[in-house]
Amino acid sequence: MDNNLVNVLYLSSFVFIPLVMLLGLWLAKSLKQVRGVMVTGSSLLLLLAVYLVFDFLGARAADPTSEMLFTGHYLWFAPLHIEYAVGVDGISVAMLLLSAIIVFTGTFASWRLQPLTKEFFLWFTLLSMGVFGFFISTDMFTMFMFYEIALIPMYLLIGVWGSGKKEYAAMKLTLMLMGGSAFLMCGIFGIFYGAGGQTMDVIDIAFQRGGAHAIDFAQQCIWFPLTFVGFGVLGALFPFHTWSPDGHASAPTAVSMLHAGVLMKLGGYGCFRIAMFLLPDAANELGWIFLILTGISVVYGAFSACVQTDLKYINAYSSVSHCGLVLFAILMLNQTACTGAILQMLSHGLMTALFFALIGMIYGRTHTRDVRELNGLMRIMPFLSVCYVIAGLANLGLPGLSGFIAEMTIFVGSFQNADTFHRVLTIIACTSIVITAVYILRLVGKILYGTCTNEHHLKLTDATWDERTAVICLIVAVAGLGLAPLWVSNMVSTGVAPIVDHIHNAAQVVSQSNPFL
Amino acid sequence: MIQIEYILLISAVMMFAGIFGFLTRRSTLAVLLSIELMLNSADINFAVFNRMLYPDGHEGYFFALFAIAIAAAESAIAIAIMINIYRMLKNISVDKLQKMKW
Amino acid sequence: MEYTLFILLLPFLSFLFLGICGKWLSHKTAGIIGTCCLAVVAILSYTAAIDYFSLPRLADGSFRPVSPFDINWLPFFNEGLQFKMGILLDPISVMMLIVISTVSLMVHIYSFGYMHGERGFQRYYAFLSLFSMSMLGLVVATNIFQMYLFWELVGVSSYLLIGFYYTSPAAIAASKKAFIVTRFADMFFLIGILIYGYYCGSFGFNFNAEGFAAGGFMLPTALVLMFIGGAGKSAMFPLHIWLPDAMEGPTPVSALIHAATMVVAGVFQVARLFPLWIEYAPDALSIVAWVGAFTAFYAAAVACAQSDIKRVLAFSTISQIAFMMVALGVCTEITTGHEHTGSLGYMASMFHLFTHAMFKALLFLGAGCIIHAVHSNEMSAMGGLRKYMPVTHITFLIACLAISGIPPFSGFFSKDEILTTCFAYSPFMGWIMTAIAGMTAFYMFRLYYGIFWGTENKELHAEHTPHEAPLSMTLPLVFLALITCVAGFIPFGHFVSADTRAYDIHLDWGVAGTSIVIAVGAIALATYIYKGERQPVAEAAAEKFAKLHRWAYKRFYMDEVYQYITHRLIFAHISKPIAWFDRHVIDGFFNFLAWGTNALGFQIRGLQSGSVQKYAFVFLLGILILLFILIL
Repeated sequence: MDNNLVNVLYLSSFVFIPLVMLLGLWLAKSLKQVRGVMVTGSSLLLLLAVYLVFDFLGARAADPTSEMLFTGHYLWFAPLHIEYAVGVDGISVAMLLLSAIIVFTGTFASWRLQPLTKEFFLWFTLLSMGVFGFFISTDMFTMFMFYEIALIPMYLLIGVWGSGKKEYAAMKLTLMLMGGSAFLMCGIFGIFYGAGGQTMDVIDIAFQRGGAHAIDFAQQCIWFPLTFVGFGVLGALFPFHTWSPDGHASAPTAVSMLHAGVLMKLGGYGCFRIAMFLLPDAANELGWIFLILTGISVVYGAFSACVQTDLKYINAYSSVSHCGLVLFAILMLNQTACTGAILQMLSHGLMTALFFALIGMIYGRTHTRDVRELNGLMRIMPFLSVCYVIAGLANLGLPGLSGFIAEMTIFVGSFQNADTFHRVLTIIACTSIVITAVYILRLVGKILYGTCTNEHHLKLTDATWDERTAVICLIVAVAGLGLAPLWVSNMVSTGVAPIVDHIHNAAQVVSQSNPFL
Repeated sequence: MIQIEYILLISAVMMFAGIFGFLTRRSTLAVLLSIELMLNSADINFAVFNRMLYPDGHEGYFFALFAIAIAAAESAIAIAIMINIYRMLKNISVDKLQKMKW
Repeated sequence: MEYTLFILLLPFLSFLFLGICGKWLSHKTAGIIGTCCLAVVAILSYTAAIDYFSLPRLADGSFRPVSPFDINWLPFFNEGLQFKMGILLDPISVMMLIVISTVSLMVHIYSFGYMHGERGFQRYYAFLSLFSMSMLGLVVATNIFQMYLFWELVGVSSYLLIGFYYTSPAAIAASKKAFIVTRFADMFFLIGILIYGYYCGSFGFNFNAEGFAAGGFMLPTALVLMFIGGAGKSAMFPLHIWLPDAMEGPTPVSALIHAATMVVAGVFQVARLFPLWIEYAPDALSIVAWVGAFTAFYAAAVACAQSDIKRVLAFSTISQIAFMMVALGVCTEITTGHEHTGSLGYMASMFHLFTHAMFKALLFLGAGCIIHAVHSNEMSAMGGLRKYMPVTHITFLIACLAISGIPPFSGFFSKDEILTTCFAYSPFMGWIMTAIAGMTAFYMFRLYYGIFWGTENKELHAEHTPHEAPLSMTLPLVFLALITCVAGFIPFGHFVSADTRAYDIHLDWGVAGTSIVIAVGAIALATYIYKGERQPVAEAAAEKFAKLHRWAYKRFYMDEVYQYITHRLIFAHISKPIAWFDRHVIDGFFNFLAWGTNALGFQIRGLQSGSVQKYAFVFLLGILILLFILIL
C-alpha cells in the first residue's frame, strides 16, 4: 500500500474508533454492554494516543525538517479543493494524548450517570470524535467540519443531562459558539480565496508562493480578526467568554471535563494553527489588540472567581483566566511563549478536568455546589478532598504539578519581548498567580477544612472505585507533566518552531498600528 | 348585438365584487362565495372572448367548462373542510381560525 | 560528590511513600521511616560538608563552587535561558545543608513525643519530609529559577503544616494568610527573576557582566524585586504579618519552618545574590539595611507586649532575621580580610543565621515542651515551671542567654559581629541595633521569668500537674543546647565569608563590651520587673503607657490594615464589581443580543399572520403598484 493511504488510515483510526464505538453503543442492550463498549473504546484510544506519541518521537528524530508527519490526503470535494487531509506535529500529538486521557477518565467519571446512559454516551462519543478529528486534520474545511461535530452534541448533553438552568445554558453556549463559527467560516473562506482558491490545506497555504505573503496584507487584516475571534470564542476570549460560566455550571461532569479540558483547547489550537500561522502579517500587526483582551481575561477571570459562590462558577472563571493565558502567550509570538501556551493547554486541560470531575463527585453526594453550604469535607470524604487540594495546588501553579511549568514558560517567553507594552502586560498577567492563590485557598479552606456542620453530609461516603480510577489517572498525568516536563516540552516545541519561524519571517515584526509601541 | 364592453363590464364588476368580498368578509362561507364570483367572472371572460374574437375556436368554452368543474370540486372540498372546522370549533369565522398557527 | 543527590531524593521518596501509603502504616512505622530518611540525609549533609571543606582551595584562597549534578529540567528554547535542576555546593549552601538537616532531624525526633497519638501523624511526617526536601533543594539551587521552584514548595509545605489542624478555624486562616502573603511577595520575586534572566541571559549564578551593563537601572530593580520576595518569606515589615499567625501550626513545625529554616530563605537569597548587590546595586543595598533595621525594632517592640509565648518567639524571630538582613545590608565591599570591615556583615549574617537557627529551634522546642505540659500558649497559664521541668528550664535559659548575646553562648559571637559591622557602616545604625539587642534581652527574659518563675497558676496545675517531657523531646533540647554552647567557637570565617576566602574573626571588645553591658542591664531590668511573685512594676508600666501597650499588644494594628485592604478594597471594590460587570454588562450584552433577535422575530412575525385575506390584500396592492409602474 502506498504511504499516503497508510497514513490516512493510521491517523483516521482516531475517528474510526469512535465511529465503531457509536455502532457498538447503538447495538448495546444493557448498561453493562454500554460500559464495556465505552471502556474498550476509550482505552483503545488512549493506547493509540500513547503509541502515536512514541511513534511520532521516533519519526520526528528521523525527519526533523517537515512541518507535519504522517501526512496523507484524500480528495473529497473537488470543486472547492476540499480534502480529507491528515497529519500531526508535536502540538497535535500532545493534544491527541490530552483528549484521549480526558475521554478515558470522562468515561469513568460518568460511570453511574442516570438516566439515558446509552444515549449520553452516544453523544459523548460523537463529541470526542469531533475533537479527535479536529486535531488530526490539516485541511481547514475538514477541521471546521469536525469542529462543528464537536459543538453540536454539547447542546443535547447539557440540555438533557445538565443541572440548574440547563436549557438556558445549553442554548447560550451553543448560540455563542455558533456565532463564533460564523465568523470562523467567513475567515476560512477568506483565507481560501485570498490565497488563490487552490487548496484548503493549511501547510500548502502557508508555504505556497514563498510563505508569509501568500495572502496580501490588506486581506490578512480582515481575515485575522474573524478567525481569531471565531476560535477565540471557544477559547474563552474576553469578552466572548460568558458562555463558559453558565455552560460549565450546568453541564454534567464528564461534559464539563471534556469541554473545559479539550474543547476549549480547540480554540487555542485553532488560533495558533490557522489564525496565526496562515495570517502572520496580520498577527504581527493586529496582535496587540487581542493581547490586551487576553491580558484582561487573565486578571479579570481571576478576580471574578474570587467572589463566586458556586464551585463550578469558580472553576469556570478560573478557566477563563487560564485559557486567557494560553491566547496571551500565543500572541507573544515567540518560541518560548508559544511552547508555554501549548503546555498551558495541556496543563489546564488536565487540571481543570480533574477539578470538574471532583466537583461533580462532590455535587453528586452533597447535591449542592454552593460554597456557603459546604464545610469540613476533609473528614467525610478524605480521598476526594485530598485530590481536590492537589487539583487546587496544581491550579495555583505549585511546582511539581503541571501548572507551574506552563506558567513559567509563558512568563519567561513573554518577558523576552523587550518593549514596555509587552512587559507591562506580562507583569499584569503575573499578578494572576496571586489572585489564583487567593480564590483557591479560600475555596479549599471553606469547603474542605473546618468541621462539618451539616448533618446530612456526615453520612456521605468517599469515592467509589470508578471515580478513583478517573481521578488517579488525571493526578498521575498532572504530576507526570509537572515533574518531568522536558520531553513534552521538547516535543511540543518541534511543532511550535515552524509556526513561530513562519510568523517571524513575515516582513514587519513591529506593529505599526499599536499606539503603545 | 350586445357589445363586448358591456359584457366585460359585468365580468369586471363581478370580479371586483368577488375581490372585495374575499378581502372583507369574515365568514369562510362568504369568502368561498366570493371566490366563486371571481371564478365565474373569469369564465364569462373566456366565453365572451372566444365568442367575439375567435369565433372559429372552442378553447375558451372548454376552458370555462373546465374551470366550472374545478370550481365545483373545490367548493365541495372547501365546504367539507368548513363543516369539519365548524364541528370542531363551532365557528367558521376567518379571523378566529388560529388553532393551526405556531 | 554525586551522593548529594540523595539529600534531595530521600526526603522526596519518603514524602511520596508516607503520603500515598501513610494510611496503611502505623504511627510508629511512619515516624521511623521519616526520621530514618532524615537521619541519612543529615549524615550525607555532614559528609558533604566535610568533603567540601576539605577540598583544596583555589589559588586566591577561595572555595571553588562544586556542582556535582545539573540537568536541564525545562528548556525555554532560548540560548542560555534554561530551567536547570541541580546541586550547587559552595560554603553557604553547605552551611545551610547542615543547619537544615540538623534542625529537621531534631524536629523529626522531637515530634515523636510531641505529636504522639495525634490524628494524621503519618500526614505530618509526610509534610515534614516534603518540607525538608524543598528547603534542601532551595539552598543547593544552581540557579535562581530552581530556587524559586523550591521557594514555592517550601511555601506550600509551610501552608500544609500550619494548617495541619485543619479543623481549627484559626489554623485555616493562618495557613491561608501565610501562603497568600508570601505568594504576593513571590510575585515580585518572579518578576525580578524574569528581569534578571532577560539581562543576564541565564538564570544561573554565574554573573554575566555585559548583560548587566546593558540592563542599566533594570538590574537594581530586579534585585529589589527579588528582595521583596525574600522579605515576604523572611517576614520583613510590612510583609511580616503572616509569621505570628503561623504559630497556629504544631510547635515543632514552628521550630523548623518558622524559626530556623524557611524564614531565613530571604536572607539566604540576598546572600546568594550578594556579589550582584555589591557590584551593581550598592545603593539599593541600603534599602535592605533600613528595612531590616526598622523590622528589627518593630518586632522587638511588639514582642515586649505579647502574652502568647509562641508569638513572643515569633516576633523575636522576625527581629533576629532582620538582624541578619541588616548585616547584609550594611556591607560595602566584598573583599575580606582584616582591614576590610565592609565585608564582615556577610559572614556575620550567615553566622547569625547558623547560631540563630540552633538556639531559636531550641527555644521553640522548649516552648513546645511547656505547651505540651500546660496545654496552653498563654503566659498566664504558666509561671513557676522550673520545678517541674528542669531540663526544659536549663536548655531554655541557655537559649535565652544566647539570644541575648551573653558570652560564651553562640549568639554573642554572631550578634557582636553584626553590631561591629553596623558601627562600621554608621554609628547611628550601630546604636540602633545595639538598643534593639538590649530589647531582645529584655523581652526574652520577660518571657523566661514569665514561664519559669513568677506566680504559679495553682488552679490549673492542681487538676493537671505539669511534668517533664518524654525523652524523645528532651533529647533534641539537650543536643541543640550543646550546639548553642559551643557554636560560638567555630572559626566561622574560615568556612563562610563574602568572597569565600578564609579569615579570622576578631572580637571588637569596644562593641562587644557595650553590647554585653546593655544586655546584662536589660536582663537585670527584666529580673527586677518580672522575677517576683507579683509584678507591680510591670502592671504600673502597662497602666501608665496603656495606649502604647495596647498598640504593641495589637501589633500596631497591621493585621487590621491588611484586612481592610484585602476585604474592603480588593474584594469589595475590585472583585465584586468585576463579577457584577461580567454578569450584567458583558453577559447582559449577549443576553440582549439574544433577546433582540427574538424581539425582532416577533416584530416581523406580524407579516406572516396566516390570514389569507391579508395576504390577498397585499397581493392585490402589489399588483396595482406594479401595474401603475408598468403603465407609467
